[in-house]
Amino acid sequence: MNHTALSSDFNTGKAPTVRAKKIHKNTLKTRLIVFGVLAAALVILAFFSEYLCPYDPYVQDLSMAKAAPSLAHPFGTDRYGRDMLSRVIVGSRTSIYSTLLLVGFITVFGSFIGIICAWTGRWLDALLMRISDLFLAFPGLVFALAVAAVLGGGVQNAIIALAAISWPKYARVARSQTLAQKESVYLRAARLSGCSTAKLILKHILPNIFGPILVTAMLDIGTMMMELAGLSFLGLGASPPVAEWGSMMSDTRNLLTTHPWVTLAPGFAIFVSVMIFNLFGDTVRDWLDPGNGR
Amino acid sequence: MEPILQVEHLTKVFHSRGREPYTAVSDVSFSLYPGETLAVIGESGSGKTTVVNMITRLLDASEGTIILNGQDITRQKPKNMKEAYRNMQMVFQTPVESFNPRHTLGDGIAESLINHGMKKKEAMAEAVQLLAQCGLEAEFADRYPHEVSGGQCQRAAIARAIAIKPKLLILDEATSALDVTVQEEVLNLLTRLKSELHMSYLFICHDIALVQQFCDRVLVMYKGKIIEEGIPDEVIRHPREDYTRNLIDSVL
Repeated sequence: MNHTALSSDFNTGKAPTVRAKKIHKNTLKTRLIVFGVLAAALVILAFFSEYLCPYDPYVQDLSMAKAAPSLAHPFGTDRYGRDMLSRVIVGSRTSIYSTLLLVGFITVFGSFIGIICAWTGRWLDALLMRISDLFLAFPGLVFALAVAAVLGGGVQNAIIALAAISWPKYARVARSQTLAQKESVYLRAARLSGCSTAKLILKHILPNIFGPILVTAMLDIGTMMMELAGLSFLGLGASPPVAEWGSMMSDTRNLLTTHPWVTLAPGFAIFVSVMIFNLFGDTVRDWLDPGNGR
Repeated sequence: MEPILQVEHLTKVFHSRGREPYTAVSDVSFSLYPGETLAVIGESGSGKTTVVNMITRLLDASEGTIILNGQDITRQKPKNMKEAYRNMQMVFQTPVESFNPRHTLGDGIAESLINHGMKKKEAMAEAVQLLAQCGLEAEFADRYPHEVSGGQCQRAAIARAIAIKPKLLILDEATSALDVTVQEEVLNLLTRLKSELHMSYLFICHDIALVQQFCDRVLVMYKGKIIEEGIPDEVIRHPREDYTRNLIDSVL
């Protein structure tokens, strides 16, 4: 992308830099649209998953067990003869929606704690930040395992376990951003206009710290999806027969050497959706980056 | 005549961990009378801005009293400052940064009106009027701070400051960041507004030439203390302190 801009820059001086910037902006916009549409498509697909799958994902047909991929069953069937394509499609709902729910919750909760810390300062700040340190100091998945073990299996408990260890990151981002905004000149001006504390935070600070928090959340979707799938894989998330990508891989892992498609299908689904959400997150970060001249 | 602002024995000591307490402002007293323009002059670090921050209650005073329009606001809780801010507004050194980057200039100007009970629609109309009063067209109400020049933004900041008709306007180096011709225009605007709205100005500055041109009385601050006070012409002609003499010599 920069190659043409650089070579013409050499010949004609200043103008091409502007052009390079424009090209950069255009590709950024294209990326934003492409990945945005892909991410949205995933979410919509997950929502209508029941109507999209060619077979009933829960109906067993032992005569068709462990069938190799074919036209009738593009991803093959598992050991109970269930269509893998249908199961992957239906599994998207559990995987994607529980991830979005999780990320949404920790974003709101973490930011709330972070803003309170930065705003009040003193002992409350110290207390809440030490608590968040405590959660950060623990190896994440081990803690999640412990929580899931205490609460028992199930998607809901896996979400609670991951939420418990993931909110401090958001609290830290929100806190540091709020601290920076708190010292700004415009906030002093807003105080002088007689704004209440609530108004200062909601109307002045929040819109200005929203970008970095949103980027953190976007980049976290992929990670959280993997961790949820990981917990399910370990048997602490969704439990059979519920179709969920992580638990589907776990169910079928002993077939990996003989009938690899059964494990690869959900693995591929995780890979593709994590990649789409990560690329979308990356693009949103570039888009909100102040250096990009907006 | 009752002073609009009376400051007595104002002191600010900063305590930071592991360091000696630092006295930024020590025993500062002065009065500002209605219709007067009082300059506070001094180099950076002399404590001017700390004084202003204490007066606007963005910083707590260590000692002393601040009486604004007959009311002691020294220990007023921040949430009860709204009424005091009706009498006191401020124009900042950095015009663009003094507006929220996510709000339009119109929003910024209308904000204090809305906070003091005006309906949003009326406040926006009033904001356009205020912009006109400060020499800006109506379209500026819809602009964002980074879309206008420093001078235009400072006019908008002045429009915001006069929106609720304060009796005291604090100008904290309000013209320092502007280039000379724009500075002149803004000073003319301020002079006009002062007589239209019967305001008093507290003019924080480090440029003695500006003070001579614009102010009725001057306080010279050095290392947190007021070392000299008088009419600008007098102070310039017969400075009593060495520091003041140096300050004047550095300009001439």
